[in-house]
Amino acid sequence: MAEKKKKLSIIVFSGDYDKAFAAFTIASGAAALNYEVNLFFTFFGLNILKKKRGRAFLGKGFWARSFGFLLGGRNVLPLSRLNFAGLSPVILGALAKSRNVAGVDELIDASIKLGVNFYACETAGHILGLQKEDFLPEVQKVIGIGSFLEIQDGGTTLFI
Amino acid sequence: MTVTELDITKEHCPMTFVKTKFALSKLKDGDVLEVFLTAGEPLENMPRAAGEQGYKVLSIEQIDADIHKVVIQK
Repeated sequence: MAEKKKKLSIIVFSGDYDKAFAAFTIASGAAALNYEVNLFFTFFGLNILKKKRGRAFLGKGFWARSFGFLLGGRNVLPLSRLNFAGLSPVILGALAKSRNVAGVDELIDASIKLGVNFYACETAGHILGLQKEDFLPEVQKVIGIGSFLEIQDGGTTLFI
Repeated sequence: MTVTELDITKEHCPMTFVKTKFALSKLKDGDVLEVFLTAGEPLENMPRAAGEQGYKVLSIEQIDADIHKVVIQK
């Protein structure tokens, strides 16, 4: 009988570039080491999941659409410190590439290929007016905290 | 039985594990993967992780000052 897989779950709250880097480094590494990995994206973390990677007027209603535009998607994630109007994430990404370290896009692709489970937070999506169709097709489900607690039960859970 | 080589000496965490995992998942029963890696994190963890996933670690050999060859069979 196969041994039960170890489990790692991450609540991806932040939409900062460096924290996305950390979340997907841990997620892809753990998945490669045969962990079951569950990512629960909520609030700013949902920006990473958007199909539209730049700035787009997503959502319903004027305020949600305006806020959606300001938040943007995966290509415009700010650095948590020293963002310099979006210049620093570009420099950091280029530095990582020049040193042969995988960037956020590569880590997300690896996570997808390794079968990491993606879940989007229902409530945060509701506030921001985002639907399942606004997210990457890899998002299995839009769920609430009750379902997430059930999914992460018995493993290690991190908050980033 | 086929023998495949994988060089992860230039990779960094977590891609050392990711690339090894991709290569291992392509093996058929009896196939062998020869992984070239550096000492430290990859050498300490990769053979153990492969073993935990049901692969057989046939040998670990130092072939250069910093480069090791790990031979894994499915």
